[in-house]
Amino acid sequence: MDLVLEPLGYPIFIRALVAAILVGTVCAVVGTYVVLRGLAFIGDAIGHAAFPGVVVAFMLNAPFYLGAAIAAVGTALSIGFVTRRTTLRADTTIGVLFAGTFALGIFLFSAIEGYVADLFSFLVGNILFISFSNLIGLLILGGVVLAAVAVLWKELLYSTFDPLGAAASGLPVGRLEYVLLTLVALTIVVSVQAVGIVLVVAMLVTPPAAAQLLTVRFGRLMGLAVVFGVAGAVIGLYLSYWLDVASGASIVLVVTTIFLAVLAFNPRGGLLRPRGQQQRRATAE
Amino acid sequence: MTFAPAAPADTHVLSAAAMAVALSDVAAGYHDRVALEDVSLDVRPGSLLAIVGPNGAGKSTLLKVIAGLVPAWSGSVSVLGAAPGSAAERIAYVPQAELVDWHFPITVSGVVMMGRYPRLGLARRPGKADREAVREALASVGMLEHADRQIGALSGGQRRRVFLARAVAADAELFLLDEPVTGVDAATQEDIMGILAANASAGRTIIATTHDLACAAQCFRRVVAINRTIVADGPAEIALDPDILARAYSGHLLVLGGNRVVLDDAHHHDESASERHFHDNGG
Ligand SMILES: Nc1ncnc2c1ncn2[C@@H]1O[C@H](COP(=O)(O)OP(=O)(O)O)[C@@H](O)[C@H]1O
Ligand SMILES: [Mg+2]
Repeated sequence: MDLVLEPLGYPIFIRALVAAILVGTVCAVVGTYVVLRGLAFIGDAIGHAAFPGVVVAFMLNAPFYLGAAIAAVGTALSIGFVTRRTTLRADTTIGVLFAGTFALGIFLFSAIEGYVADLFSFLVGNILFISFSNLIGLLILGGVVLAAVAVLWKELLYSTFDPLGAAASGLPVGRLEYVLLTLVALTIVVSVQAVGIVLVVAMLVTPPAAAQLLTVRFGRLMGLAVVFGVAGAVIGLYLSYWLDVASGASIVLVVTTIFLAVLAFNPRGGLLRPRGQQQRRATAE
Repeated sequence: MTFAPAAPADTHVLSAAAMAVALSDVAAGYHDRVALEDVSLDVRPGSLLAIVGPNGAGKSTLLKVIAGLVPAWSGSVSVLGAAPGSAAERIAYVPQAELVDWHFPITVSGVVMMGRYPRLGLARRPGKADREAVREALASVGMLEHADRQIGALSGGQRRRVFLARAVAADAELFLLDEPVTGVDAATQEDIMGILAANASAGRTIIATTHDLACAAQCFRRVVAINRTIVADGPAEIALDPDILARAYSGHLLVLGGNRVVLDDAHHHDESASERHFHDNGG
């Protein structure tokens, strides 16, 4: 019990705990749409694209999240624009922008004199480094994202499930797609310091993926994803603290473990359930 | 029998504004590829109209032009008395079944509730009246008992009925249905057509694509045959007229004795080159 309560005496840990809950929640909520739309690759690309923004913000002594937000949102909107305006396959365009922006980040990073531990922590995540002022900025950004979903959840849902039907009945499906890409970008900005640019896509995708194995209802899926995301982030934070390892790695390993456990044992036909049950489910569908 | 392409007999009374749909000299396509040209079509409110034609003829594109999903390159389009897209909340469009992700985490009533979203507006949650409308719509297509099942757990015919219920719940005046009876058995087809006929009788305008000629002939009041442009437009029997069919299917058609039509549109297929359709009109 002390192991759990003892760290709570440190303000740095309390800040990290608040950040973990924020990241777990926002990633799961936005990630639910990401998973249902098959945007995982775009999420990964936007995560990497945030890096040059972080480096430039560091060089200018500005808050990292401002630089990250400009770079990530800019890339997200460019992806949306380019894939609509060219005949190139979306994954091709994304691959080009993804590598190019990340290369720019690495280029700037390596041009800075000396070893920059602060910046390195953005690559692999160090949730215990989050300063008070950054945390306030992230809470505001995360609040904006959650508010946007609270306003647009049903329009995003309809245009995800049936974009043609939604557009024909008057929903601005194209604009909603840009809004969603922007929300993905902001979610990544909220999360990069905690889980790191390299791993941030896992927080978007893994909790909703685990939830999708357990329910056929959209609302429950999002709720379960939040539970998994928050649990993963908080347990991962403790592991990071106890074992002194990169928080991004420990958080992602916990959500991955949750996913694998659900995959193996879930009552709706886990891989390790007796075969008879799986077959019964198959014939019921 | 006589017919005039693109000039149906029953349209001279109403002006374009009073028509549910009025297209004149419309061309449309994708990138630089023409899918429709010289399409003129007037549809009265309360019509039950089938668009027939071989694969790739432009049936889905025509529906999308009316739905405002594909812009017309030229010509004029009026839908429910307005420009396409302007009367959107009064339109329900149901996509081809192959375009739907049937594993999506949503229940039957969740799908039907989507029909209510556009009228609800931003930030408003569905309320009691919406839930009641969903129940009524599900009851009207005989799917109320399946309300809580995942959409993909249903049979093909049941899935179509759920999407029809979504159109009913939306209180739409114009139903645009892409292949609503394709791939369902005869009894289900009859059920679905009964639902469509009832909605048309209630004053709703129903436009459905199909490549099932027997179905078009038996179940619709008017048939429009297209192959990039309108090749025939008239009462349902034209769907079985050999001359018209020959034009619509440009040779990929054999008419055998005993009212049996064998349709081989393999050359029109981009996707499934070896598929063949056999239609027996019951005779
Ligand atoms: N999204 C698209 N992009 C490019 N070409 C398309 C697209 N959709 C349809 N087409 C082409 O337009 C033509 C008409 O297609 P469609 O309206 O789907 O025909 P139908 O529904 O009668 O089978 C075909 O040649 C088809 O290949
Ligand atoms: Mg089609």
